[in-house]
Amino acid sequence: MAEAEETYNLRVVRQFAVMSVVWAVVGMLVGLFIAAELIWPALSFDIPWLTYGRLRALHTNAVIFAFGGCALFATSYYIVQRTCHVRLFAGRLAGLTFWGWQAVIVAAAISLPLGITTTKEYAELEWPIDVLITAVWVAYAIVFIGTLARRRVPHIYVANWFFAAFILAIAMLHVVNSLAIPVTWTKSYSLFAGVQDAMVQWWYGHNAVGFFLTAGFLGMMYYFIPKQAGRPIYSYRLSVVHFWALIFTYIWAGPHHLLYSVLPDWAQSLGMVFSLVLIAPSWGGMINGVMTLSGAWQRLRTDPILKFLVVSLSFYGMSTFEGPMMSIKTVNALSHFTDWTVGHVHSGALGWVGLISIGSLYFLIPKLYGRELHSLKLAELHFWLATVGIVLYITALWAAGIMQGLMWRAVNPDGTLTYSFIESVEAMRPYYIVRFLGGLTYFSGMCLMVYNLWRTVRGARTAEMPVPAFAH
Amino acid sequence: MTEFTSDFWPWFIGIVSILSLAACFLFLVWVGRGRPPQQVETLDHGWDGDLRELNNPLPGWWRWLFYGSLVFAVAYLVLYPGLGFFPGTRGWSQEEQYRAEVEQAEGRYGPLFERFAAMDIPTLARDAEARKVGERLFLTYCTACHGSDAGGAIGYPNLRDEEWQWGGTPEAIVESITNGRVGVMAAWQEALGDDGVREVAQYVLSFSGRATREDLLAAGKEKYEMACFTCHKNDGKGNQALGSLNHTDDIWRWGGSEQAVETSIAKGRRGVMPAHGQFLGSAKVHLLAAYVYGLSKQP
Ligand code: HEC
Ligand code: HEC
Ligand code: HEM
Ligand code: HEM
Repeated sequence: MAEAEETYNLRVVRQFAVMSVVWAVVGMLVGLFIAAELIWPALSFDIPWLTYGRLRALHTNAVIFAFGGCALFATSYYIVQRTCHVRLFAGRLAGLTFWGWQAVIVAAAISLPLGITTTKEYAELEWPIDVLITAVWVAYAIVFIGTLARRRVPHIYVANWFFAAFILAIAMLHVVNSLAIPVTWTKSYSLFAGVQDAMVQWWYGHNAVGFFLTAGFLGMMYYFIPKQAGRPIYSYRLSVVHFWALIFTYIWAGPHHLLYSVLPDWAQSLGMVFSLVLIAPSWGGMINGVMTLSGAWQRLRTDPILKFLVVSLSFYGMSTFEGPMMSIKTVNALSHFTDWTVGHVHSGALGWVGLISIGSLYFLIPKLYGRELHSLKLAELHFWLATVGIVLYITALWAAGIMQGLMWRAVNPDGTLTYSFIESVEAMRPYYIVRFLGGLTYFSGMCLMVYNLWRTVRGARTAEMPVPAFAH
Repeated sequence: MTEFTSDFWPWFIGIVSILSLAACFLFLVWVGRGRPPQQVETLDHGWDGDLRELNNPLPGWWRWLFYGSLVFAVAYLVLYPGLGFFPGTRGWSQEEQYRAEVEQAEGRYGPLFERFAAMDIPTLARDAEARKVGERLFLTYCTACHGSDAGGAIGYPNLRDEEWQWGGTPEAIVESITNGRVGVMAAWQEALGDDGVREVAQYVLSFSGRATREDLLAAGKEKYEMACFTCHKNDGKGNQALGSLNHTDDIWRWGGSEQAVETSIAKGRRGVMPAHGQFLGSAKVHLLAAYVYGLSKQP
């Protein structure tokens, strides 16, 4: 009976979307602060909670899991409903994923500055928080897959494949990498030790990149680009091939984080080979997104939201070319331990993850409140601030990283090192200043976004969207 | 390498890897086959309003890029170790690469170091070129603890002065660097009590004329000559064989304030100079020793 009156569950989407913007600002502010600490170390004021080592982990957790995570929850919940023509499965449980995830974030924001950490990068949170993450994630999987199962449309839309892969892969990675023996509430010992621990950690770490920071955001891309451009996705076939190829190849590429280490030679080489094979599957997604615009290129000139979405793909293409190059052993011998890696990270993080999320949120949030975006001009300005910020950030760190690598390996005619380590640290200062300015520029764009969205939704009632009558 | 895995993993990962590459290949062939249709079909499954998909053929350059990388992958896995059960036909290993690079470096730089090795340390300490090389080595390996000017820090000895904890002869310095040193003094808090520590600290300070409580010296001296003389000697000059520090020169490893000296006595101290012999080799140790030896001989 109530079929026609049934509406989508937008409440949880709204909650996640708004918090995504909030956490973006918080996480990037912390990023900015640690970037400043690298220039002016005195900024920690000898207060342990403000030291670089603790805040760095807070930054990475806040931007990846709080900002990125909330954006993924929001968009996946929105897209799966709209493309399956069915209200979110287990609405109560979906509401719990929101509060559970916020609890995880708050626990991280408290425990990391206190110095409570497992020391595993991107998995620093201690075991009670890990358990909570697992619970939230299982609930997420039930809600998402339950919704897919109840769909009223015959075919599963491509964006949903990516979200599903992301949810399942992260569940597996998180559980295996976090296996540990608790000793107190705030301390545990990993089940793995030595080189096994390193291998498991980077199997997790790289796939966190591959499934969290890539597959999930490709899901976003596959919905918001065709929607915003008003054009069909370029090629269904291409999406099938590159989806499966990504799944087959990402999973073995982790050892490129452990080249020239005690990891057995074969595992290292395998990581390198699979990283190089990854170029084509990665670019498949970029091509499919960019070519979707054919016939609508002129819109790119006037539509800032489309600019965010499309330029994010060019950074995606760039970082998925740069990554494989850095996986080549001879290149990695230079780049490893240097700021080049950090530059690569941020061309993916600020360029790809950041811009695609920003574009999607500009699209989504006004709709969730039944409004038009307050100002396209401000969004346009935001776009340029973001782009200039990224370019400053990554060019500074390319230069810094290559310079570090070359300084470390430079030798005198007598075979001694030309530069002591501290000289290479001093040489970084100007680059760190440029990186800071780039980050500041990017961050100021985020502030504009907050203002723009606030003006958009101020005083608005929340919107309702009816589920289309069952017609297929 | 064996501690990394049981025999299971190399096989499992190797086989899954090969299957993954094969799957990519077959998939690419399967989806890319046939002539591109004249008319690009549109898939509209009524997902969400105008959301549709075209079904364009795979771009040719992209397909060839993919095939190319798969060919590269197979070739690499044949030539180099990439599958746990097959070491590759080139016989490459990173240990071998490392050995070859070290050998090459030794061929290139060895003669210079051999020339220096033949000179004795006092002579070397006056040789400008040797000092230069020694300084660079010092800046690479030693500054983290001893400071870039070798001036030391709390807990880390100054190597420029004339106070030698373990001896300032060429042989003693070579020994310090080669095999490292560990200077250990136990904590005295329990045996002496708070008052005892204060008294004995005053006595230690009095060797350099810095006592502030003349009234405690007699008691301090008594205790010192009972508990401390074995290592520091009754004259407070210490014993280089034990690395016990000299108390008479007003040079303090762990700080010279009353409080710091009391802490040294109450809690004990332990200084560790790591052994560098194996890692640097005797030729570099020889040069470094000459550099350090020369520092304290500078005007
Ligand atoms: C077992 C031998 C031994 C005995 C006994 C001993 N010491 Fe020491 N002491 C050492 C050594 C070795 C060091 C240097 C520790 C290091 O390497 O840093 C030292 C260091 C010190 C220092 C620090 C000096 C500086 O330059 O900062 C003080 C003060 C000192 N001892 C006082 C005492 C007093 C007082 C007693 C008796 C109550 C005593 N020691 C008994 C071996 C001894
Ligand atoms: C990890 C820190 C560390 C490093 C690196 C280090 N040292 Fe030391 N060194 C020490 C400490 C601490 C002592 C004092 C040991 C003690 O208290 O017994 C010491 C003692 C010495 C001594 C004996 C001093 C004396 O008065 O008898 C010499 C000589 C020396 N170091 C030279 C070197 C040289 C040369 C290098 C570089 C190859 C080097 N050290 C690197 C920490 C270090
Ligand atoms: C205003 C924006 C930002 C600034 C100023 C900034 C700054 C920094 C700084 C200074 C570091 C430490 C680098 C080092 O240790 O040398 C860092 C690390 C990192 N940041 Fe950011 N960041 C920003 C935004 C982001 C965003 C949006 C993401 C992800 C979506 C991100 C992900 C990371 C990651 C993953 C690392 C760890 C890199 C590594 O270990 O190699 N950052 N960031
Ligand atoms: C085909 C795709 C990619 C490959 C093969 C790849 C490869 C690499 C390599 C070789 C490193 C350096 C490892 C080291 O020397 O320590 C690295 C670091 C990193 N990459 Fe990528 N990359 C890819 C794409 C991406 C993307 C799209 C992102 C982000 C959104 C990303 C995020 C990171 C992060 C966070 C690190 C730092 C890890 C650390 O903390 O050390 N990568 N990647």
